[in-house]
Amino acid sequence: MDLSPAALADPIDALRHLRADFPILNEAVHGKPLVFLDSAASAQKPIQVIDAMSRTMRTQYANVHRGLHWMSERTTDACEAVRDQVAGLIGAPSREEIVFTRNSTEAINLVAHSFGSLIRPGQAVVISEMEHHANLVPWQMLRDRAGIELRVAPITDAGELELEALERLLSDGKVALVAVTHMSNVLGTVTPARRIADMAHAAGARVLFDGSQMVVHRRVDVREIGADFYVFTGHKLYGPTGIGVLWGRRELLEAMPPFLGGGDMISTVRFEGSTWANVPHKFEAGTPAIIETIGLGAAISYIESIGFDAIAAHEAALTDHALRRLAEVPGLRVIGAPADRGGVISFTMDDVHPHDIATLLDRNGIAIRAGHHCAEPLMRRLGVSATARASFGLYTTREEVDTLAATLEQIRSLFV
Amino acid sequence: MEQDTLYQRQVIDRARAPAHAGSLDGATHTGEGTNPMCGDRVRVGLSLTKGGTVTAVRHETRGCAICIASADMMAGLAEGRSALELGALSRQFGEMLRTGEGAEQVGELGVFAPLHQHRSRIRCATLPWTALVEALDGSKDR
Repeated sequence: MDLSPAALADPIDALRHLRADFPILNEAVHGKPLVFLDSAASAQKPIQVIDAMSRTMRTQYANVHRGLHWMSERTTDACEAVRDQVAGLIGAPSREEIVFTRNSTEAINLVAHSFGSLIRPGQAVVISEMEHHANLVPWQMLRDRAGIELRVAPITDAGELELEALERLLSDGKVALVAVTHMSNVLGTVTPARRIADMAHAAGARVLFDGSQMVVHRRVDVREIGADFYVFTGHKLYGPTGIGVLWGRRELLEAMPPFLGGGDMISTVRFEGSTWANVPHKFEAGTPAIIETIGLGAAISYIESIGFDAIAAHEAALTDHALRRLAEVPGLRVIGAPADRGGVISFTMDDVHPHDIATLLDRNGIAIRAGHHCAEPLMRRLGVSATARASFGLYTTREEVDTLAATLEQIRSLFV
Repeated sequence: MEQDTLYQRQVIDRARAPAHAGSLDGATHTGEGTNPMCGDRVRVGLSLTKGGTVTAVRHETRGCAICIASADMMAGLAEGRSALELGALSRQFGEMLRTGEGAEQVGELGVFAPLHQHRSRIRCATLPWTALVEALDGSKDR
C-alpha cells in the first residue's frame, strides 16, 4: 500500500498503480480505451491470478486427493492451502468448514438441498425483497418440494431492509432459516448482518448471508457477524469463474446430508450402501475445479496484499464521487439511497431506456450492465422494468467515473 | 461522443414520437411479445379484412428506443399489406438483422441494419414482429 501523504489524502488515487496488474485494462473497445464499470457482474483478473493458473497447468498439474505421485501431491497441497486462505479471509474458525462449490448459486443450492432436508413442513425460510435470483429460486424450489413456507422481508424505498417487518416475520418461531444478501447487487445496500443474525437466533432460526458482493469490498468476519452460513463466488473477487465457497458452522455441516454423490465425497462404497467422507469433502463430489481453486488462492493473496482498509477507502470515496457526479446529470435518478452502501449504483434516465444507455455507452468503450440484474421481484418493488448499473472495482478511477457522467449527459441530449 | 450508426435521428425521433402508438378500437386481432431478459413488452392490435389485408395497426410498447421505433415502423408498413406479405417481410427483416445485408428490401426498417453488430440487441427490434405474427397467426384460427 502506498503510504505517501498524497495517497493517504486521496484514497481513490492510492490504488491507481494497481491498474498495471490488470492486462485487460489496456484493451480498446470500439477504438476507445476500455472503461470497465461492470465489476459487480464479474471482476477483471490481475496478472497474479492469470499467472498462478497458467503456472499450475504448465508445471504442477494432476488430479487431487487420490494420486500417489509427486504431481498429485503438490497439486493437492496447493488446493488445500487455498482452504486455509479462504478460512483466513472470512474469519472461519476452521478450514474444515470451507466447502468449495462452483459459485454462490451452487453454494446456496447446496444449503437449500442439504440443510433444507432438515427443515420440516410448516417451517419457514425468510428471504428479502432485494435478493438476487440465486438466493430466491432455490428457496422457492425447496418450498415447492418440501412444503415449507417462503416469507419475504420487505425493503424501504431507500433500499434498506425493514428490520421491524423482519422481526414480525420471525415472531411465530416457525422460521428455520433467514437467507439474505450481505450487499445488494442492485442497490449496493450493505445489510446490518449482526443485527439480522441476532434477530434470527433469538427466534430460533439460522442465518445465511449471500456475500457475493460484500467479500469484494470489505473485510468480512463470519464470527463477528454471527453467520451460520456464508457464501461467495471467486470471479467477483478478481479470481476465476467456476469456483465458489460455502462456509457453514461445523455442527450444521455435519448434520446435513450430502448434496451431490460421487467420487471424493465417500468414505466407503458398497453396492448395499455407502458412507460419507468427513466435512468438507462430504460436499465436494467429483474432481474439483483445481486450476480455479488455485486461481482463487492467488486472488485472495492479491487483495490481502493490498488490504481491505485501502480497498474499502477507495471504494467509499469513489462511490461518493460517483453519486455526486451522477446527481449532476439531468434526468438521472439513482435507485435507492441506503445509508451504508458499496460501489454498486443503479440508475435510470428520463426518456432513455437502460438498454439504449448501455449500447451507447458501449460505443464509447464504457461497459455497464443494464436489465433486471437477476432481481426481477426487486425491479417490481422499485417500480421499474430495468435499470442501468455501474459498479466499481479496485482498479476504477475518478476519471472513469467522470467519463461515465459526461457520456451520460451526451446520451441524454440525443433523446431530449 | 461516438453516437453509432444504429441511433440515427430517424430512430430516436420515431421512438420519442411514435405515429402508431396506442390501442386500436375495434381490433379484430391482437398479439403480444415479451422479452424476459429485460421486461420489454409489445402489444399489437390490428384490423384485418375478410380478404386478409391489414387495414390498421396500433402498438403499445414498453421498451427501448430500438423496440419502439421498430414497432412503429412495422405498424406503418403493415397497413395495406396481406398477412402473407407481412410474413415474408418479417423473414427478410430477421435476415437483415442477422447479416446486415438487404436493407433496401425492407423499407425504412433498413435503418436497423447496424444491429447485426449488436447481437444482444436484435431481439429489441424483432419483439414487435413477434407480437404481429402472433396476431396474424391467431387470424388463421378463425
